[in-house]
Amino acid sequence: MMTRPGRLATSLAALVAVFLLMPLIAVIPVSFTPNRYLSLPDGDWSLRHYRALLENPGWVKGFGLSVGIGVISATLATSLALLFSLGIWILRPRFTGLLMGIALLPMVAPPVVSALTLYFFLITLSKFNDRIAYDTWAGVALAHSVMIAPYAVVLITVALAQVDRRLDLAARGMGAGLMRRIHSVILPNIRFGVSSALLLTFVLSWEEIGVTLFITSVNAVTLPRMMWMGLRDNIDPAIAAISVILIVVVFVVISGKTLWQRRTIAQPK
Amino acid sequence: MPAVPRSALLLLPLLGFMVLTYLVPFLGILRWSVTLPEPGFGQYQTALTDPLVLAVFLRTFRTCAVVTLVTVVASYMITLLWVRGTPMQRLVVEFCILIPFWISVLTRAFGWLALLSTKGIINTWLQTTGILSEPLTMVRNEFGVIVGMVHFLIPFAAFPLASAMRTVDERVLLAARGMGASRARVFTQVFVPMTAPGVLGAALVVFVFALGFFVTPAILGGGRSVMAAELVYLRIFQSPNWGLGAAISVILMLGVGGLLALLMRQVRPAGTR
Repeated sequence: MMTRPGRLATSLAALVAVFLLMPLIAVIPVSFTPNRYLSLPDGDWSLRHYRALLENPGWVKGFGLSVGIGVISATLATSLALLFSLGIWILRPRFTGLLMGIALLPMVAPPVVSALTLYFFLITLSKFNDRIAYDTWAGVALAHSVMIAPYAVVLITVALAQVDRRLDLAARGMGAGLMRRIHSVILPNIRFGVSSALLLTFVLSWEEIGVTLFITSVNAVTLPRMMWMGLRDNIDPAIAAISVILIVVVFVVISGKTLWQRRTIAQPK
Repeated sequence: MPAVPRSALLLLPLLGFMVLTYLVPFLGILRWSVTLPEPGFGQYQTALTDPLVLAVFLRTFRTCAVVTLVTVVASYMITLLWVRGTPMQRLVVEFCILIPFWISVLTRAFGWLALLSTKGIINTWLQTTGILSEPLTMVRNEFGVIVGMVHFLIPFAAFPLASAMRTVDERVLLAARGMGASRARVFTQVFVPMTAPGVLGAALVVFVFALGFFVTPAILGGGRSVMAAELVYLRIFQSPNWGLGAAISVILMLGVGGLLALLMRQVRPAGTR
């Protein structure tokens, strides 16, 4: 029998929970304001800021750009991370710590240092070509891949840690080559880890702003970059509208996932 | 055994990628810091002696310390319910931690602007109910920055705290109760000390995150209470002094590296125990 937290502990935790949800709830009424500035709808609710999202080509373009960059960088980062994590798992090299350190560097370094580093990288590339360069979509996708690959490494490494090595040994003993072992034995066992890595890296690229701020100016304006511009000077209530949409999506996905997990736990085969 | 097994080739793409896109360009930043505008360590000298830059470092340190303290205490309170509450409480708390975690930092900072700004929800409410006649200034200052950063960082502290709390052996708590300790005493003298390594880990993670963070401070600080990371952005893009921006970055990198080394040393003995 577990000792449950008492009334005081429960109320303190409830306070923190309210604190966590408060700003997310606050954007809902603001998004329906009829005014052009940040304010509460004074009895007069309006959908004009939602309409602005569809009518302003900047938001539409930013949305498309963010989806495209997210898909490409998540795929690239997860592929590289998958190969790397497989290599570490199969080989168990002597310098695992050091190799992991290099792979995880962009995750542990301060975001502003990564941003400056990638800025340097892209303006250097700009001297040689204008496709993968500063303020281009390909440059942003490349920079995002660098930033999100460590998270894919972590998720896939965790998934691999659950795989029974004896399966691989058996396959190897029966003469399977490296490719066959990976394709027919290891990959089927880490499918869930790889798809989680794809999803997480997509979301991380989708909402990336720290690095994006350094490496874009007027051409490659992703959705977060667009939001940033509306946040800095005169606060544009269209940001409340887009925020509400994003919050609803996250809410639905997390609720769905939780319910689905509970159902699968409740009804074992 | 062959000299290099074929599976070693699997490691190369990501390592090559990181070296090309991250390690080599970082050397470029190092070079900037000692060559712009002139060769030498002048920029480091400026960064460590100029009163304006020092004030920014001091403010960064102070803000991060306050943020870490508040975040860890708040996370401890909510994680307690997450780990030890009734199943229903756990579900609700998990929601409250996970949903903000998945929502973009911009949306969250915007939510605080909507609440705290002079025409925001809290000030409107305070003024219409007649509690205040003048709006309170809660953003574009350190208060707003701290609120926004604490909100951003609570989930990151909750994860290590939760894993520390899950390892506490229930029987130890029951034994303390059985020997007549009050609930409060069990909590302060048994439960908290047993989760201390998790608290330290969470504090370091939060502090490291807070140090290099610049999106929330830039939005909620409104350019008034600039922190080190935002100063880098300003020195690169607004009043350019690339050498100084690079030098501050290198200093931040060293600071975070040192703290992470501490974290590693702290985590390892706990893991081997």
